[in-house]
Amino acid sequence: MTRSQPLWWLTGLLAVAVAGVAGLAFGPVRLPPVAVATEILNLLPGVRMQSGLSEREVAVLLQLRLPRVVLGLLVGAMLALAGAAYQGVFRNPLADPYLLGVAAGAGLAASAVIALDGPRALLPAAAFAGALAAIGLTYLLGAAGGRDRSPAALILAGVAVAAFLQAGQTWLMQRHADDLREIYSWLLGRLATGGWSDVRMLLPYVVGTAIVVLLHRRELDVLTVGDEEAAGLGLHPQRSRLILVAAASLGTAAAVSVSGLIGFVGVIVPHTVRLLAGASYRAILPLSMLFGAAFLMLADLLARTAAAPAEVPIGVITALCGAPFFVLVLRTHRRVAL
Amino acid sequence: MARGRRTLAVILALVAVTAGCASPDEPAPPTSSAEASAAYPVTAGGVTLDQRPQRIVSLSPTATEVLFAIGAGPQVVAVDDRSDFPADAPVTDLSGFQPNAESISARTPDLVVISNDLNDIVASLTTLKIPVYLAAAATSLDDGFRQWRELGALTGHPAEAEDLVGRVGTEIDKLVAGLPERATPLTYYYELGPELYSATSTTFVGALLGRAGLTNVADPADANGAAGGYPQLNQEFLVKANPDLIFLADVTCCGQSAATVAARPGWNTMTAVQRKQVVALDDDIASRWGPRVVDLVRAVTDAVAKVPA
Repeated sequence: MTRSQPLWWLTGLLAVAVAGVAGLAFGPVRLPPVAVATEILNLLPGVRMQSGLSEREVAVLLQLRLPRVVLGLLVGAMLALAGAAYQGVFRNPLADPYLLGVAAGAGLAASAVIALDGPRALLPAAAFAGALAAIGLTYLLGAAGGRDRSPAALILAGVAVAAFLQAGQTWLMQRHADDLREIYSWLLGRLATGGWSDVRMLLPYVVGTAIVVLLHRRELDVLTVGDEEAAGLGLHPQRSRLILVAAASLGTAAAVSVSGLIGFVGVIVPHTVRLLAGASYRAILPLSMLFGAAFLMLADLLARTAAAPAEVPIGVITALCGAPFFVLVLRTHRRVAL
Repeated sequence: MARGRRTLAVILALVAVTAGCASPDEPAPPTSSAEASAAYPVTAGGVTLDQRPQRIVSLSPTATEVLFAIGAGPQVVAVDDRSDFPADAPVTDLSGFQPNAESISARTPDLVVISNDLNDIVASLTTLKIPVYLAAAATSLDDGFRQWRELGALTGHPAEAEDLVGRVGTEIDKLVAGLPERATPLTYYYELGPELYSATSTTFVGALLGRAGLTNVADPADANGAAGGYPQLNQEFLVKANPDLIFLADVTCCGQSAATVAARPGWNTMTAVQRKQVVALDDDIASRWGPRVVDLVRAVTDAVAKVPA
């Protein structure tokens, strides 16, 4: 299955580069491409060139657009990686942070922090706690059927947990109408407000999660054949599972706490990668990060420019692309299962 | 928004019809008499009352302010949980966001004033034969004045309402007339939340700020009105648009201030931030179309007057 892998690596890197350059070159404020390139080169040590941009335009480029593109890269890579990891851990091609209730759990906890006027620095920690609680609940409910639980049971449990948590969130929003706009905006997803501080906040989580998950890529491949076989090969399937779920949930929670709920990246991207580059997690995990990053950077470019100078919530864009894709995957998956 | 308003108008018309059917007598023609006692039955804003209401329930903070300002305060028996002005308003746990016909009718009102027909509340109350006056968010100062006059007519205080409209109108005209002449109009950004939701000139507050001779930078973001006059703006665009003035209507709700605005990435390059032309407004006053709208206009004109012409 790995025969065409170098090609996909190249394509992935190229996609990230193209999306990144496009994200920097275009925006609601028109900046000359040459000037943009000049200012980016000025970031290198020792380079000092005149770009002809005003101080305000430089601020737009370096303090608003560049961090936003980087944030898109990090969030996209994180959500796609987490989705791929969940799919491996639960041996379920439909698992993603949204269907498993992880995002809803993180969402409820983060909304509670906003609604109860808690310190915003608490957001990632609260989101992580909510994410873990949600996935724990999903797992327990999905496993209630016994040892040989079906993939459908887990997903259905996730849907139930997500619905329950979203109801809690709706109730919270209704009780705290003053915070409605803030929570609502966050629910729809946004890569807008914090600039570099959001990037600095998220980066360690993404790097940490990526390291942990990528180190377990072999375990994920083995888990696909079954727990007994994995144990037979000298692995601790439950321990690997726990580590992977914790890492993916922490990463998702951190991403969600800065970007809001951005749906479907975690399911579209790993699937595309699986269809294109084969079923080995050694390829799926890193390629998902690349394509996830590229996808979200492009989605954000659309979010920024489609209705400029107004914003379209990025969650709307990813869901608009994701929902039809999801149906397609469901159809092909059923064909395989039959 | 245009469609929303039309729907609202249709609902209002329907309500007017059903309200008319519900009352046994033919509604009398609208009265403009200042003699409150002799005025009933009275019809205003599609509502007909046979006698002066003595148990008014207001589920709209704006309406509460208006009712007390026109001397109908003693007739008000209950107001919603957000009606925090004036201080002696009888606040209850009734909600204008989740109006509940049963809890409202438990107060045995003879007039309910509400700003949104949520949960089909108008139809429910009409079924219970409780008259409902729908004071939808005003779209202009004149629209607000119309509501004040209608509330005055319904509650038996038409003269006081007319007087209030006159005083507020004159005061606003005076404030606006006192502004210095400018070659180019100042531009402004009006912030409703730190997620950069704003209000265009088509909204009540936008229209009000337009009277002070200001140009709204948010207008191109909702040129077709699809966002109902409340678009979410892009950060890059705002920094580049570089408004002369920034008005914050998200001070109490969201903890914004001149300092937090200055700390946002890139915003320290903006004229309004550098020249300290970031104005913190009172969230509540800024989102209501009641008598305290004068205070809002004063805050705006004070800020405008300070900018050298």
